[in-house]
Amino acid sequence: MIRLADVSFAYPGGAFRLAIPRLEIEDGARVAVKGPSGTGKTTLLNLIAGLATPDAGRITMGDTEISALPDAARRAFRAAEIGFVFQDFALMDYLSARENILYPFRIAAGLALTPDVRARADALATACGLGDKLTRHPAALSRGEQQRVALARALVTEPRLILADEATGNLDPVNKTAILDLMFARAEAAGATLLAVTHDHELLPRFDRVIDFAALQETAA
Amino acid sequence: MNALFLAAAYLRHHWVRSAILVFVTALLLAVPLAAQTLLRGAESRLTARAEATPLLIGARGSALDLVMTGLYFSEDRVIPITQADADAVWDSGLALPIPLHTGFSTNGARIVGTSLDYLEFRGLTLAQGRPFAVLGEAIAGATLADRLGLSPGGTLVSSPENLFDLDGTYPLQMDVTGVLSPTGTPDDEALFTDVKTAWVIAGIGHGHDDVVGADGQTPASITQFTRITPANIDSFHFHGDPGAYPLTAVIAVPHDQRAATILRGRYLEADAATQAVVPEDVVQSLVAQVFRIKSLLDAVMVLTGAAALAALGLALFLAWRLRAPEMLTALRLGARRGMIARLVLAETALVLVAALVLAAPIAVILQSQGESIVTWLLATAPS
Repeated sequence: MIRLADVSFAYPGGAFRLAIPRLEIEDGARVAVKGPSGTGKTTLLNLIAGLATPDAGRITMGDTEISALPDAARRAFRAAEIGFVFQDFALMDYLSARENILYPFRIAAGLALTPDVRARADALATACGLGDKLTRHPAALSRGEQQRVALARALVTEPRLILADEATGNLDPVNKTAILDLMFARAEAAGATLLAVTHDHELLPRFDRVIDFAALQETAA
Repeated sequence: MNALFLAAAYLRHHWVRSAILVFVTALLLAVPLAAQTLLRGAESRLTARAEATPLLIGARGSALDLVMTGLYFSEDRVIPITQADADAVWDSGLALPIPLHTGFSTNGARIVGTSLDYLEFRGLTLAQGRPFAVLGEAIAGATLADRLGLSPGGTLVSSPENLFDLDGTYPLQMDVTGVLSPTGTPDDEALFTDVKTAWVIAGIGHGHDDVVGADGQTPASITQFTRITPANIDSFHFHGDPGAYPLTAVIAVPHDQRAATILRGRYLEADAATQAVVPEDVVQSLVAQVFRIKSLLDAVMVLTGAAALAALGLALFLAWRLRAPEMLTALRLGARRGMIARLVLAETALVLVAALVLAAPIAVILQSQGESIVTWLLATAPS
C-alpha cells in the first residue's frame, strides 16, 4: 500500500504549491492520474519516487517511509523498488537495446549485474517483442520499440511500483494500445502496482481507478 | 567497471567526436614533447661537432659565419683565406692544418675540398670504394649517395657558379670513388674531394690541349677539359702563387693544450687578416642565444597549451551539459552518488589513454629517428 498523508510541497521560489491531505493506492492496483497540465502530476510521481522531498507530511510504501529516508537509502530504494517509464523514453543512444534494459544495474547502488539478471533481461525483451532487436541501438528502433525497451528497463529490477509519466504520449494509436497492454500484462505478471499519469481520456477506462488530480487538490484547498 | 563500460560505449558510439578529442589531446601531448626532443637533439648535435673541432682558422669577421661554414657547410660566403695561412700553421709545428674549401656545390650538396686528414680527423670511414687519390676524384657522404643513387664508378658535375660569365669556370665532372658510412652529421650531405680539385673548379688549375701542335704551330682553338681522366691528367696545371690559392677555413689540430694556447695567441692581433676561433665557444654562445629565445617560446607554448586545455575543458563541459537529460535519467533510475563523476572521470581517462597511445609512436619515432630528423633540419635550415 502506498500512502500519502498531509503532504505538501513547493518548489523553492515558486508560486506553485502541491497539497495532498490523503491518498492511498492499493498493492497491485492499476491507477491513472489525470488532470490539467501544471497541477503537479509529475511532482506527485517524483515525491513517491523520492526524487523530491515533501515540505510536510508522510509518504510510505509498505513499511518504508520514503519521505524520511536519507538520500543514499532513498536512491537505493528507488533503484530496487520503483520502475520509471518516461514520455520521451529516455534511452541512452550509445547503448544497445539489451544494454539499455540493463542500464539500472550499471548505475544504481545495490544492484548487481549477474548472469541471472542478464537472462531475465533477455526474457523480458522477448516478452516485449524485442527478442530479435536486442543488439540494435535506439536510433535503429521505431518509437514503439523504443518505449518497449524503456518498459523492459523499468521492469528488469522487478519493482513493486511502476511509475509511468505520459508513457504513451508520444506514440501512435496502434503502439499506444500495444504498450498499454504490455504494461498491464507485465505489471500483473510481476505483481507490481502501476501508477500512470496520462492526458489520454480514451485510456482511462482501462485502469482500475482514476485519480482526478485537480479534484484532489481542490479537496486540499 | 560499469563506469568504464559506459564510458567506452559512449566514446565508441560517438567515434568521430571521440577521435577528434583524442587527436587534439594527442597533439597537445606530442607537440611540446617533439619540440623539446628536437631542440635537445639540435643542441647536442651542434655542440658535439663543435666540441670535436679544437680550432678553426679563417678570415677575420663573423666567427659564427666562419663556424657555420667550416663545420656545418652552410651556404654562407665568408671571405677566403689562403693556402699560405694553412702553411703557416704547418710551419709553426704547433698543429696539423686541415684545409677546407666549401665554395662550390653539386646537386644541392656542398663540395668540400680538403685533405685525407679530414676523414681521419672526423673518424669517417668508407662504406664502399676507396678514398679520393688523384685530381677529379671524390667521395660522397652517405645521405648524398643515397639521395642521388651514387656508388663508386658514378660521376657528379659541379654546379655552374656563374651561368652568364663566358670567361668563368666550367663545371667539372668528378668521379665518385667511394661512399662514406653514415654519421648523422653534415658530412653525410657533402661531397669530399681533394682541395686541388676544388681549385680546378675555381679555375685556378685547368687542363687543355697542347698549345703547340704536332706541326710546331699553335692550334686555332684549344679544348679545355671538363673531366679529368688518366689520358689528360698530365695536362692539368695551376697558375699563380700556390700560397695565394683560396681556402674557406683551416681546421687546426694542435698537438697539445700548450700548442693550442700558443697558436691562438698568434691570431690575437687586432689588425691581423685572420682569426682563430674555438668553435665550441661560438656554438655555446649561439645555443645560449637560441635557448634565450626558447625560454620565450616555452612561455608562449605554455600559454598556448593552457588555452588549448581550457578550450578542451570547455568542450568537455559543454558536451556534459548537453548530456544533462541523460544524467537526470540516471538519477531517476537510482544512480548512486558519484556515479556521474565516475562516468566523467572514466571518459576523460579513456580519452587520455587513447591520446597517449597515439602520442607514443611519435615519441618512439622521435627517440629512434630524432638524430636523423635533427640532421635533416640542420642540413636544410636556411642560412
